[in-house]
Amino acid sequence: MRGLKFMYPPELLYTKEHEWIRVDELTGMIGITDHAQKELGDIVFVELPKPGDHVTAKESFGTVESVKAVSEVYSPVTGAVTAVNTKLQNNPELINSDPHGEAWLIKVRLTDRSETESLMTADEYEAYIQEEKAH
Amino acid sequence: MRYLPNSPAERAAMLEATGHKSIEELFAQIPDAVKFRGRLNLPGPFSEQEILEYFREASSQTSREYVSLLGAGAYSHYRPAAIDSLISRSEFFTAYTPYQAELAQGTLQAMFEFQTLITQLTGMDVANASLYDGSTATTEAVLMALRITRRHRVLLARTVHPEYRQVVKTYTQHGGVELAEADYSASGQLGLDQVAASLTPETAALVVQSPNFLGTIERTREIAEIAHQSGALLIVTITEPLALALVRPPIDADLVCGEAQSFGVPVAFGGPYVGFLAAKEQLVRQMPGRLVGQAYDTEGRRGFVLTLATREQHIRREKATSNICTNQSLCALVATIYLSLLGKKGLRSLAQHNLSKAAYAAAEWGSVPGATLPFSAPRFNEFVVKMPAPAEEVLAAWREEKILGGLNLERFYPELKDHLLVCVTETVSKAAIDRAAAVLAQVAARYQGQVLGARG
Amino acid sequence: MENRIRAARPHMTRNEGLIFELSSPGKSGVDWSRLDVPAASAEKLWGEEMVRAEIEGFPEISETEVIRHFTRLSTWNYGVDTGLYPLGSCTMKHNPRINEVVARLEGLATDHPYAPESLAQGCLKILAETARCLAEITGMDAVSLQPAAGAQGELTGILIIRACLADRGNARRIILIPDSAHGTNPASVTISGYQVRNLKSNPRGCVDLNEIEKAMTEDVAGLMLTNPNTLGVFEEHIQEIARRVHAKGGLVYMDGANLNALMGVARPADFGVDVMHMNLHKTFTTPHGGGGPGSGPVAVKKFLEPYLPSPAVGRSSDGSYYLDYNRPKSIGRVRAFYGNFGMAVRALAYIQANGAAGLRQTTEDAVLNANYVRSRLKDLYELPYDAPSMHECVFSDRRQAARGVRTGDIAKRLMDYGFHPYTTSFPLIVSGALMIEPTETAGKAELDAFVDAMRSLAREIEEDPQFVLKAPYTTRVTRLDETAAARKPVLRWKP
Repeated sequence: MRGLKFMYPPELLYTKEHEWIRVDELTGMIGITDHAQKELGDIVFVELPKPGDHVTAKESFGTVESVKAVSEVYSPVTGAVTAVNTKLQNNPELINSDPHGEAWLIKVRLTDRSETESLMTADEYEAYIQEEKAH
Repeated sequence: MRYLPNSPAERAAMLEATGHKSIEELFAQIPDAVKFRGRLNLPGPFSEQEILEYFREASSQTSREYVSLLGAGAYSHYRPAAIDSLISRSEFFTAYTPYQAELAQGTLQAMFEFQTLITQLTGMDVANASLYDGSTATTEAVLMALRITRRHRVLLARTVHPEYRQVVKTYTQHGGVELAEADYSASGQLGLDQVAASLTPETAALVVQSPNFLGTIERTREIAEIAHQSGALLIVTITEPLALALVRPPIDADLVCGEAQSFGVPVAFGGPYVGFLAAKEQLVRQMPGRLVGQAYDTEGRRGFVLTLATREQHIRREKATSNICTNQSLCALVATIYLSLLGKKGLRSLAQHNLSKAAYAAAEWGSVPGATLPFSAPRFNEFVVKMPAPAEEVLAAWREEKILGGLNLERFYPELKDHLLVCVTETVSKAAIDRAAAVLAQVAARYQGQVLGARG
Repeated sequence: MENRIRAARPHMTRNEGLIFELSSPGKSGVDWSRLDVPAASAEKLWGEEMVRAEIEGFPEISETEVIRHFTRLSTWNYGVDTGLYPLGSCTMKHNPRINEVVARLEGLATDHPYAPESLAQGCLKILAETARCLAEITGMDAVSLQPAAGAQGELTGILIIRACLADRGNARRIILIPDSAHGTNPASVTISGYQVRNLKSNPRGCVDLNEIEKAMTEDVAGLMLTNPNTLGVFEEHIQEIARRVHAKGGLVYMDGANLNALMGVARPADFGVDVMHMNLHKTFTTPHGGGGPGSGPVAVKKFLEPYLPSPAVGRSSDGSYYLDYNRPKSIGRVRAFYGNFGMAVRALAYIQANGAAGLRQTTEDAVLNANYVRSRLKDLYELPYDAPSMHECVFSDRRQAARGVRTGDIAKRLMDYGFHPYTTSFPLIVSGALMIEPTETAGKAELDAFVDAMRSLAREIEEDPQFVLKAPYTTRVTRLDETAAARKPVLRWKP
């Protein structure tokens, strides 16, 4: 069935674990991708750190749960959590409806901007997903 | 063989359909070296009569003809007849875990009712659909507290059931957890100052039992305050939850757990029993075990479903809140039916009976010359009596009268030599209590006579 | 037609509410005997502030209504007695009624665990004899009946491994688990203080010998495997697998959930297993009860006997039984008292009813039944692995998925045919698994009806997948909104 192909926002960077990050100088906003939310199904609960907590690149900082599955969320960068999206407590379904926008998970202050250099662009991420699907 | 529904002809037809020539071919994957060619040394095959004879013989070698004064974590209460008749409905007892909700609404609704009853009894917000027993429920509560606080020390009252404490130790021994003990005071309750002094910033939880192993009721409100001041959670474990029909529930605790065997589950030499675990609302996602939630179907009808499954082993695997798979569904159903039958008035009335029987027995036995009741704090249906003669002599004399005396506490508390823990429920008649008192008096007199005689 | 059926829905049995909703003040289902001692007052004895007010919301119902309530609830369930219950690895077999009779005998149902040993000989004998029979069936040397369920048995077994290796000087850090394993396996390992290392299965779905070779080091305490595995396939290289583990000083743990495929045919002790657990509620037919109670005895080779939970049941030279607490190397207790004694009674009665020949026949029938189902469905449902099945067969929903119908959906439609579903989506190594274990309790007629239903279902999926996706249609409730239930959990009734 041919339909609208989902376009991954070009201003974001992406990880192999299906997180995205919007970087502005040393501020980062992190969430999970549309691909990830589709795999999980209806999101029912999100477990997030607190402002002030530390996150490390490639390490888990929380989880996203659907009815039948749990997924760890890995941070693309190292830094300190400056804000947490509290809307997700009562409305976890936002992750399904707007994973790249309203359903951001945390905001961080980066300690090392160069860490973002190894992340994927939107095109690279789309190619990556296609390749994954083929296996 | 009567349990096998296939005849030789049916087997042959099925074998042919599989394309194999013999049953042996179905086991071809098993290496020859490993195939068992001997004969298993097993009893049978027995007819039903032979099975019945074997177990009747075994049942004759038990204490079935004795009046029991034993409690200590397993309680003799009358079991209303409706219970067995209902749980014998095969749709209840031959059903599996309710993973396919549409075919298991009976079990699911009953478990939802169980969860509700437990929250009502304990004064907590949520309860799970049962755990294996009181000892593992207590352990799971401890593990929860460790996870929630991320601290590494647990303070357990020495008056928590000794076997429960052993189980906590087994489960925490490889987790880098320090276990410490808080002793009881002269009244039989925990000493509040001592508890305060024993709590440290590393303490995740304080675990107390109420009524405790010595039968006394703890001051959970005050204890909760002390624990919370130190940032520790208060876990109250209850082995005789019938007490909750009369005693102010431990609403100040964070976790309330224990053993629901008193609610219609047979004593059965130690199991199967049914543990319960209840918590304040905000702790629900850390709870182990199965949880049944209300849900609506596509037509808007109310139903029930296992929920928050992502805590559990089949999804989280090594990151699960626990490794638990089974709950004690049928035993929880027994408790649900029992509590439904007794209801508000019946349960309270039963608790009052127990209180009265135990108070009468305590007065009768405690007034035998040489006997004392060492603990003055409030108690329910269990209490400690210091015997006027060596405990084993008393127990032997009582056995002659077909009375199974209480537990010799020296076994778990060396400082309580010749102290017996006795439990008097509605199953013990006044006549039995009076007989026990008379025998106790005789033994006392004989022993004191010997002592006097020995002194010359 | 649809509307007329709908109108008949307000049906007494189908619309039973919660017990609290039936409650009304002043009713009770029990009348107590007259109190024969002076009535004591809690207020006087304890002080008013320690006495609770009435339990708010607690039901007040008559016996009649309680019986109607739970009877109606029971009609909403499906049990083994209702029909085929083909859940894989659950072994939903017949629950003999004589077991229920003997478990309720006075003395066996009522003995207190702290009764003096001289008055508990009957109970101790049953524990000892059940342990002996289980040891015989598995070929192992000693059995503990203490663990309350399979998962607890696993924990016990891993703790035993740890204690033994620690005794030898190095407990090590890792346990190997195949990726096909049941979720309780890795969860149990973590509690024991070990790390899990997953082993990728080979293309046959079995333990990969190369993976073992690579993974088995002196830092690995042992391998935890299920045999037959969760695909229902016997690990044909089991001896070599065990040899490689033992060669590096590790131990082999076997999850005995699938023992129904082995009774009288092969004994785990003979193929290199050092410690294992069994599920009395699976192989030995203690009733599932809607999800418990179970019983998970642990069996060990002689060298591991000292580590078994305490107490053990011993036998003196005069033939009497006693509880042996003198076990300095024991891993301790995993629960209070001695185990689910009531389950041991039922398991022993089952073993006695069968004898060795009956148990062997049971295994043969279980394996034949699974193979019969496999042979009659493999043209319509895909077999992901061609290895021979033992007591259960696993299909994949790949063909049906092409029509948008997954294993969970097929299961829902199967309910309309009057069967309980098979196990969906497990093991994880199969995409969209359908795990079918008929057990020996299914007669050919029952199996044929099941096969016919599955074949009809496959046709429906081809012709009208949308219809299948909205199933079930004939159960008391249709699909429940699990998402909403998980987002805003309501876990108790409130007035």
